[in-house]
Amino acid sequence: MKAPVSWIREYVDLPEAVSTDELAAKLTMLGLKLEALETPADAITGPLVVGRVLSIEKEPQKNGKVINWCTVDVADANGTGEPQGIICGAHNFVEGDLVVVCLPGAVLPGNFEISARKTYGHISAGMICSAAELGLGEGAFNSHDGIIVLPADAGAPGDDAFDVLDMHDSVIEFEINPDRAYALSLRGIAREAATGFDVPFRDPADRDVPAANGDGPPVVVDDAEGCPVFVARSVTGFDASAPTPEWMAQRLAGAGMRPISLAVDITNYVMLELGQPIHGYDRAKLAGAIRVRRATEGEQLTTLDGQLRKLSAEDLLITDDSGPIGIAGTMGGQTTELSESTSDVVIEAAHFDAVSIFRTERRHKLPSEASKRFERGVDPELPAAAADRVVELMVELGGATADDGVTVVGEAPPRRSVTAATDLPARVTGMEISAETTVANLEKVGCDVTVNGDTLAATVPSWRPDMSDPFDLVEEVARIVGYDKVPSVLPPAPSGRGLPLAQKLRRRVGLVLAGAGWTETINYPFVGDVDWANLGLADDDERRRTIRMANPLNAEEPQLATTLLPGLLRSLGLNVGRGNADASLFETGLVFLPKGDEKAPILGVDRRPTDEEWAAIEKAVPHQPQHLALALTGQREREGWWGEGRQGSWADAIGAVRDVAGALGIEIEVRAASVAPWHPGRCAEIRVGETVLGHAGELHPKVCKAYGVPARSAAAEVDLDALLGLAQVTTPSPSFGSYPVAKEDVALVVDASVPSADVAAALHEGAGDLIESVRLFDVFTGEQVGPGKKSLAFALRFRAPDRTLKEGEAGAARDAAVALAGERMGAVQRA
Amino acid sequence: MSGPNTDYDPVEVTPLRADEVEAQVEAALAAVAGAADLEALKQVRLEHAGDRSPLALANREIGALPPQARKEAGARVGKARGMVNKALGERLAVLEAEHEERMLVEETVDVTLPTDRTLSGARHPITMMSERIADVFVAMGWEVAEGPQVEAEWLNFDALNMGADHPARTMQDTFWLEPAEAALVLRTHTSPVQARTMLTREPPIYVVCPGRVYRTDEIDATHSPVFHQVEGLVIDEGITMAHLKGSLDHFATAMFGEGITTRFRPSYFPFTEPSAEVDLICFVCRGIDADSCRTCRGEGWIEWGGCGVVNPRVLTACGVDPEKYTGFAFGMGIDRTMMFRHGVEDMRDIFEGDIRFAQPFGIEI
Repeated sequence: MKAPVSWIREYVDLPEAVSTDELAAKLTMLGLKLEALETPADAITGPLVVGRVLSIEKEPQKNGKVINWCTVDVADANGTGEPQGIICGAHNFVEGDLVVVCLPGAVLPGNFEISARKTYGHISAGMICSAAELGLGEGAFNSHDGIIVLPADAGAPGDDAFDVLDMHDSVIEFEINPDRAYALSLRGIAREAATGFDVPFRDPADRDVPAANGDGPPVVVDDAEGCPVFVARSVTGFDASAPTPEWMAQRLAGAGMRPISLAVDITNYVMLELGQPIHGYDRAKLAGAIRVRRATEGEQLTTLDGQLRKLSAEDLLITDDSGPIGIAGTMGGQTTELSESTSDVVIEAAHFDAVSIFRTERRHKLPSEASKRFERGVDPELPAAAADRVVELMVELGGATADDGVTVVGEAPPRRSVTAATDLPARVTGMEISAETTVANLEKVGCDVTVNGDTLAATVPSWRPDMSDPFDLVEEVARIVGYDKVPSVLPPAPSGRGLPLAQKLRRRVGLVLAGAGWTETINYPFVGDVDWANLGLADDDERRRTIRMANPLNAEEPQLATTLLPGLLRSLGLNVGRGNADASLFETGLVFLPKGDEKAPILGVDRRPTDEEWAAIEKAVPHQPQHLALALTGQREREGWWGEGRQGSWADAIGAVRDVAGALGIEIEVRAASVAPWHPGRCAEIRVGETVLGHAGELHPKVCKAYGVPARSAAAEVDLDALLGLAQVTTPSPSFGSYPVAKEDVALVVDASVPSADVAAALHEGAGDLIESVRLFDVFTGEQVGPGKKSLAFALRFRAPDRTLKEGEAGAARDAAVALAGERMGAVQRA
Repeated sequence: MSGPNTDYDPVEVTPLRADEVEAQVEAALAAVAGAADLEALKQVRLEHAGDRSPLALANREIGALPPQARKEAGARVGKARGMVNKALGERLAVLEAEHEERMLVEETVDVTLPTDRTLSGARHPITMMSERIADVFVAMGWEVAEGPQVEAEWLNFDALNMGADHPARTMQDTFWLEPAEAALVLRTHTSPVQARTMLTREPPIYVVCPGRVYRTDEIDATHSPVFHQVEGLVIDEGITMAHLKGSLDHFATAMFGEGITTRFRPSYFPFTEPSAEVDLICFVCRGIDADSCRTCRGEGWIEWGGCGVVNPRVLTACGVDPEKYTGFAFGMGIDRTMMFRHGVEDMRDIFEGDIRFAQPFGIEI
């Protein structure tokens, strides 16, 4: 909401000394937030003066344009008193007109410097200005089609044009919260200013209005709930061609509304002034009585914006015998539109139900100045005064005659009364607020207050539909006392339980990975079928079962991710594309797994949900476990003066999962698997017991290609919640002997397909109690071991807890270990 | 004591002659002194102190002497060998010291060589900022709560006093999920965690809930459809707006330093009443010389978030007795906080995944 300061001051006796900045600051602290402050004069450096056009020579140009070579009297403003020669391209003025002249040396908005310069064969010493060039609202000063032509009595040549144009008048733009619909009017803003500076307020809605009679325009309201009040007045003989007076055009432009025609400007002006949306009908185009009713399904209406709209049975309509002529409180129709030939006007000032307007506005995506106000709540007591104000202006400015008929259908609902303890504001805010202050502040916002002992009853003003609860009264009292007076007190410290275990463990995971050279990323969980194709997921892959957004930002990505890999691999591709060739990424985030028949109930809010209702909510919310994903490409160890680098591989992906599990004290088992998007021969299943927690390995070559990353890039994804659930919280103390260790190495030849982990497990088991560790230190294939075979070299360590091993003990244990490996997987010891 | 052996003239045994021994000692000492390195000294030791050295051979001759001559000869040779061994020892020490010194010089490396063999990793600054915030409140005895990101419409809106026809709903551009009957949304704020907390535990409640939220904003320098909020909620007996102010002042100081506190401006949120916007004293210019400050753009204050006293309607819907308890809630953007605290100018950097963004932040923010 934009408000010219001069307009605000019209209704409130602000001391002259109050600056615009102070006014804006005060209103901000009352809840009308300063969004922008503009003073047109501040954007211009003079000289900017009034000039009288003495002569105009029309000079046709080769390009077909005609320019005007003018002489303009600017009196002594140019230092010489001689007429100023200026070239002007506009044509909406004649000799003798008063215009606004920018003399050389002036700087216009946009740092546009004016100087005397040669153009079209003349020295043009300045510029005759349009409203737009001066940064004034579009259409101000009737300059729709050219320069500003001032009224004949506006001033004399040489006068300072800043004053004549009122350019020192600032416009404050406020951000108005939904609960302060009354502040979408000058009436409301001025009232706040009066409250803020504790000075009297003159309510522009406070006027004597003629009583309703039976002679007004006929109106029938079929839906009193949707339209509790409908006031109709009319004027006759309105001069639709009369110009909008300068002061009105200027205020409209300042408030951000484009002046259009006198009739429309008057309705807009009154809406801005009072906050009551007004609609005008050309009486000649109305057929029979105005009727307010709900639409029937399938009805249509062409609204003023030229759109043909299909109406819903919930839409509240204004109709006449011809059918719909407007969507109530939202936008009028074309058939009864005011035009240049309109002479008799029917004026509608009605009150419509906020919810109905809100739904219609959303249904038709049709926000308008009227609907914006109605959906937030307009003062239902305003219509009569607003209609009367429109009549007054049409008579005054358009030469119309006011008709005697006054139609009033329905009445404003009674004012609401809210009861509260007198000390409630003090108790809720922690400020020292006396009962007297509470009453005084409520009266300032327009309440009638009666106090009975410790309780007060506040009759809430009609323009404050938002005030319905005791705590609403608290806010009103508190903001007038001043939020800056709220003391700063720490609440009593509870004995907290510290960070939840899951959070601690997640931090640990992040630190372990960052320490190992992995960099965390955050990716959007929005995916599409192309991602599933890129990952090479089978049609029946569980990960294709997704939750969809009804209104995705990108139609290609309407699904919520069931795996973190698409986002992470896109990031990996981005890094490669930007030259970050060695990238090891990780991400932790939720994935969204549908349960199948989600249907969350919309419960009441007047009480706590029952256990059944709460269970229904819980059941409807999809399963959203936290996952951990990793992806890497390029080197894990850089090459350098120390020698070769080490290319990252499937092993690093699996290794990182092992590191994470290790940091959580979890022993994981790694098994060969074949799952998309991994290389079928280089994919590991990560499990603990029978539970599969995720997969890791080298990405399938096609997947690498699809995401634009080099072949052999690797990735992993595990269910982090499940992993954290297995974390060992209390590590038991290890026991280890201090007697000497005995070391034995063995090299075993097995079929190439035998998992080394199985061989290691067999060795461990076969070695008996003395075995301390089994570590694979070499894998060898080649002629010596034969085709289809591999040689695995293990280092075995033996130790007894209570004694030094005797000669041959370790050897015997080693032989037993090898024997079991031989029995289990045909391992043969290499000579 | 026996008299002198006049029958025996030791001079007759040449190697034991005093002059001969002396000559050997001289030769040995000269050789020792002349040994330039450890290898040469080893040779010298062999030649002059080894088993086959003249003095060793002379020593062996002593046994052949008559007893009365042995003592003198023994003393002479012993002394000679002692001198040689001592010289050898001293020379060895010198040469070893020289050797070590030379080795150390020879082993000099270029310590300015790069050592960046392993990759440096980092955690995401948004993760770390969330943790830092959580730590501030955990230190005050609060707890950390979390909730789902796909949320029931009722929890995201209705329970927070935003019924289906509430104009404030349109202010939060919501991602709705299919089908419409599911009544599910991507949560537009972390406030449903408030509702969940009240519905699942008894007051007193002191929780902070950092998390990811969603709005249908196209990404640009200052908007993202995915962003992060932190929400605080306190429900207890006798809680006032002053406690809200105290908590936020403490939070501001913990995040931005001594002297950085907040101010309240009246505002509107359906779930709080009274409601306020929270501004932070600009931690760069502290309101002094604000005109040239790029962080607060001349305001002296930075818009930080929203807050208020929990609306009793919300308490009622969430099963908390509004007659017994009052509470406060606040919420702010973690991304925004991180951006102005660290001078991040483009929100896209946060979500794009370029490793160069996260890496300078390391492992703690």
